[in-house]
Amino acid sequence: MIEPFATFLAPFVEFGFMRRALAGCLALSVSAPPVGVFLTLRRMSLMSDAMSHAILPGAAAGFLVAGLSLPAMTLGGLVAGLAVALLAGAATRATVVREDANLAAFYLISLAGGVLLVSLRGSQIDLMHFLFGSVLALDDAALWLLGGISTLTLMALALIYRPLVMECVDPLFLRTVSRSGGPVHLAFLALVVVNLVGGFQALGTLLAVGLMLLPAVAARFWTRDLGGLIPVSMLIAATASVSGLSLSYHFDLPSGPAIVLAAGALYVASLMVGPCGGLLRRLVRTRHLEA
Amino acid sequence: MSVAQQPAPIRLVGLTLGYDRHPAVHHLDGTVRSGDLLALVGPNGAGKSTLLKGMAGEIRCLEGHIERAGALAYMPQADEIDRSFPLSVMDLAGMGLWRRSGAWRSLRRNSQAIETALSAVGLEGFEARPIGTLSGGQFRRALFARLILQDCPVVLLDEPFTGIDARTVDDLLALIAAWHAEGRTVIAALHDLAQVRAHFPSTLLLAREPVAWGPTARVLTQDNLARARNLSEAWDEGAPICAGPQAAGAHAHDHAAHGPGAHDHHEDAA
Repeated sequence: MIEPFATFLAPFVEFGFMRRALAGCLALSVSAPPVGVFLTLRRMSLMSDAMSHAILPGAAAGFLVAGLSLPAMTLGGLVAGLAVALLAGAATRATVVREDANLAAFYLISLAGGVLLVSLRGSQIDLMHFLFGSVLALDDAALWLLGGISTLTLMALALIYRPLVMECVDPLFLRTVSRSGGPVHLAFLALVVVNLVGGFQALGTLLAVGLMLLPAVAARFWTRDLGGLIPVSMLIAATASVSGLSLSYHFDLPSGPAIVLAAGALYVASLMVGPCGGLLRRLVRTRHLEA
Repeated sequence: MSVAQQPAPIRLVGLTLGYDRHPAVHHLDGTVRSGDLLALVGPNGAGKSTLLKGMAGEIRCLEGHIERAGALAYMPQADEIDRSFPLSVMDLAGMGLWRRSGAWRSLRRNSQAIETALSAVGLEGFEARPIGTLSGGQFRRALFARLILQDCPVVLLDEPFTGIDARTVDDLLALIAAWHAEGRTVIAALHDLAQVRAHFPSTLLLAREPVAWGPTARVLTQDNLARARNLSEAWDEGAPICAGPQAAGAHAHDHAAHGPGAHDHHEDAA
């Protein structure tokens, strides 16, 4: 029993770069999944996908100015993502068009701008780097960034938790008792952007969404209440990070996709055997209760 | 609480509310007196919900304005509540404590108040139930518990009894009567005229234009109801720009036609 377990953890004991990758992924595992939980509960799962595309032109602009520089690309991604989130949020509140439609419009503009920028300069290899990440090459700056994003996310969620829940459940009610609905919503969108930007350092823009959403969706099969969803989603994300990294080392796989595929496997397993609405539960007919 | 000393909680001044420039409530003037128990009555499309939305600050006035004094609680007709959200009945009702607890203060100190409110609407023992498992009537009761906890001097209810069984309606009417006795102002949009006659001392009969406003018995006459029915429901895409309440003649703003009780509710409301 101990032997396979030791093999599983060996790369983290042996290699510094694996430990750094693990630290980065674990930091992301406690911050991105809670954001994903709120996204799925608001039926905005696909919004994170749109946002990850919206970040592209910012990162590309940073890349154009400073080459493969972490601060420049992060800053660019943040600016582009926040701009799209704020513009879509503001347009939704000021007009009759719904948020998903506004977001689609703004992210398409942003994405097209990004593709245009990238095509002006830059080789395909460089582009692949920030689309698919380089978790095995996290330097100190990137680790600080991931840790900072994680801390910021948890603190911000604690601060806006109650109004955010009210915004999700009954936005009209929150509007009648408080003006905090707008700022809370925008703060939440900002957290989505910040986590995606953090994720694209470790996993790449496309796969950052995976660590945000897959654990959140999988958690729904294990618990019904919000107080349970958040820790369970974090646990699933952490498990996916460890096993994904270990598998990528042992089988010589690219690490970003390995982590997301591990999260995907956990999602499929939850879908099958999860006690809250899992498929297996449906096959076994239990006798109904008296009242 | 002496009603006479209270300032008017809601005053409507030349109020026109609507959508896309088409008025749904047209040139409405009047004052809701403090402690009033007012029914809003009118055919579909008469502007009852629109008026309540306007009072709650949900939509902007096309013309005129609404003067409000103090906090109000509003229960919309079609709530935007996501019932699949994993939230307990206790948490839903507890939202009513927002003004006291804000974003960070613990609700645990007020759990007694929440339980009392839930038992007042007959939902004791439902505290831990997820909101998605409640029936329509039970859910309405939970929303009423939230209204109790909001503890506002003015309560706006938009068709609060739609799809509710008779016993629950009686319970909720008793709750509204208790609010009235406490001196709160309650305004409710309703369709059941017998209910309005039995429980609501004053009524505003709307048909986009105000038809009559005053003591219920003098408002809900055959004559007034027939006139409310006749006022057209359809909105006209090619309608001309309204010249305002002063324009007499062809435009249906002849205020004399609103009949007795239209604007004299200040004096004769019992």
